[in-house]
Amino acid sequence: MTFSDKTKRASRWFEERLGLGGVREFIAHKAVPVHSATMWYYFGGITLFLFVIQVLTGILLLLYYRPTTSEAYESVQFIVTRVQFGWLVRSIHSWSANLMILAAFIHMFSVVFLRSYRRPREVTWLSGITLLGLSLAFGFSGYLLPWNTISYFATKVGTDMAASVPVIGPPLARFLRGGDDVGGATLTRFFGFHVAVLPGVTTLVLMLHLLLVQKFGISSPPKTEEEYRRRGDRIPQMQFFPNFFLRELMAWYAALGVLGSLAAIFPWELGAKADPFAAAPAGIRPEWYFLAPFYTLKLLPSHIWIIEGELLGLIGFGLLAVFWVALPFWATNREGMERTKLVTGAGVALLAYLATFSALGYWR
Amino acid sequence: MKLSLRKCWCLFLFAGLAGAAKDSCVECHSGLDGNLQKPATLFSDSIHRQRGFYCTDCHGGDRTADDPEASMSRARGFIGKIPRTAVPKLCARCHSDAALMHKYNPKQRIDQYAQYLTSVHGKRIAAGDAAAANCVDCHSVHDIRGVRSPLSPVHPLRLPQTCAHCHADKTHMAKYQIPTSQFDEYRKSVHWNALEQRGDLSAPSCASCHGNHGATPPGVNSVAAVCGTCHVLMEDLYSKSPHQPVFQSMGVAGCVVCHSNHAVLPASDKFLAGEKSVCTQCHEPASAGGAAAADMAKSIERLAGALRRSDEALQRAASLGLEVSEAQLQQQEGREALVKARVAVHAFDPAAVNEPVSQGLKVAEATYRSGVDALAEGNRRRVGLGISLITIVITMAGLWLAIRRIEKPSRQGGL
Repeated sequence: MTFSDKTKRASRWFEERLGLGGVREFIAHKAVPVHSATMWYYFGGITLFLFVIQVLTGILLLLYYRPTTSEAYESVQFIVTRVQFGWLVRSIHSWSANLMILAAFIHMFSVVFLRSYRRPREVTWLSGITLLGLSLAFGFSGYLLPWNTISYFATKVGTDMAASVPVIGPPLARFLRGGDDVGGATLTRFFGFHVAVLPGVTTLVLMLHLLLVQKFGISSPPKTEEEYRRRGDRIPQMQFFPNFFLRELMAWYAALGVLGSLAAIFPWELGAKADPFAAAPAGIRPEWYFLAPFYTLKLLPSHIWIIEGELLGLIGFGLLAVFWVALPFWATNREGMERTKLVTGAGVALLAYLATFSALGYWR
Repeated sequence: MKLSLRKCWCLFLFAGLAGAAKDSCVECHSGLDGNLQKPATLFSDSIHRQRGFYCTDCHGGDRTADDPEASMSRARGFIGKIPRTAVPKLCARCHSDAALMHKYNPKQRIDQYAQYLTSVHGKRIAAGDAAAANCVDCHSVHDIRGVRSPLSPVHPLRLPQTCAHCHADKTHMAKYQIPTSQFDEYRKSVHWNALEQRGDLSAPSCASCHGNHGATPPGVNSVAAVCGTCHVLMEDLYSKSPHQPVFQSMGVAGCVVCHSNHAVLPASDKFLAGEKSVCTQCHEPASAGGAAAADMAKSIERLAGALRRSDEALQRAASLGLEVSEAQLQQQEGREALVKARVAVHAFDPAAVNEPVSQGLKVAEATYRSGVDALAEGNRRRVGLGISLITIVITMAGLWLAIRRIEKPSRQGGL
């Protein structure tokens, strides 16, 4: 029996038991539009790749990490000093978390500017935004786990902000902290959210998101579609497998190179162990992806008219979030015409706001 | 019976007016000018005023009488301006009364007057020298504040200036024939630096060594004991050292010989050997004492140098993002050993210095090794990163070639 015969026989064996013919058929016909903005399609895959790295390195960290106030810092210190390649695993976990959120933001803005949220992809947009929210929750909960000074006080500030939301704020803050203040109960809860609740929910939403992407295919920008239609032509397509997949693989390798370089050249600092009785260090600030709202709230006066400045800021962010999540529903008017300029304007304004205020929050 | 709001208000006002005590001294003097007005103004900030005392409690007279003839009548006990020599006894009337002081401040001592009488100031006052310091010279007169108030002249941060008010005044000190350079010298000292620059209220000022109410200059035999109230270990080692009986027989104050008294400069290893050595004031460098000092200096410098080397290696590793916090923590033990070695100098025995030095050297060697290992680990990481990046680039190039090969036929006929 030749090697080719053996392969065919194995393939038949799997086909008989798993029925993968349909999947093979789907992959063979799956195509990706080719145009000047095709490169932005890679960022969804890069986000997914970084998420997988997060899961793998997270599992490795779990082997040594201990979620108690007396052991959390020491266990992370043990990982980075004693465990073989522990420093690399921890550094990659931290850096890939940041790069994943960055990739997710790029992916979201590319979806906005390429108008990929349009009918029938509204639910795909909603699931994507949910995934971004879950990534931020991953970041917030994971930040506390090393139990160092910066993470402790950043969590204190973050949960204080949550507490200032009217009605639901105080019980929400209490639920997050597991008490009146950030302490051992908060660490246990955040660990539970980070390694059980959030991964479970994220996996489900991610599956839905990927399923919808497969179902509706990859969207082309309406402007490009229109140009080709006027020429009586169709947008060229690239086969997903192997053409796009190999390119995506190259993008993953590039991301891996960047990630490895960052982790090796700038290992993620551990800092000093959290001391709840110490004064908050000067210049305390959250991770970069929370800097823009943090800096905005810092700029607001204590009272605007009769309302507390911070409360007004939080209400503003709440309304902005609702407005942004509902983008596919207001992007088209009642006559079915697209509000292209409004969406582009909103996207540019949000991007400019996030970039400017994050930079100000970082350097001031 | 229901009370109307207006009735309640009237009752409240009446009660308030009835409770306000009459004080004709402040009433009249507030309307006068210059020195006659000043006491009334200053008294409002006084702790005595806040605790419910009146001018008449010290000056006598009748504060309830509006007529000055009556309020300042000798028949009603008015004594007017209190003679300086009578001030301590007047203050002691209340401040030595345990029952009275307990009413206002149960923790307040009541032996200030007894102590004062033992002091140089007290003895001179008792001898009729009105220029000697009495209570008000330090605590102020009408605006006396609690000693913890930062505005009090005896608050730790203000005390040196208060003492210097008289002791730096050449005219005032001339008749006592004592120097006036103490404050200027003190301001060069490590103690002043701690007090004034760092705001350390526990740092020694004049009263820490000389006492406050029982102010007296420490004698030759008591200087080490005075310094030893804070520098306990040094005093203990010195008292057992060969220097103690020698200095005592020479009639010189132990600590002061090397460290000076008011201008206590920061202690340095240079005190032992070299140009600034204080040992060479008495010991020839070639003598046994000089050799012992040089030996101690050498041991301490060896440890200090080893710790500097470890610090540099650890800092370099930390700046590269390498985790060396454990070694940095261990380095503290080395620094403690250095402090112990410097303290051990007060035994004036090289063997006593060598013990902590050898302990510190072991720590410094271990931490230096940790720093060097961390730097080597950093190099290995860079090499590993380089190899990984080359592998990644080669793989990407391979992928690109694979894509080109796959797409070659379709490129000819369009994608």
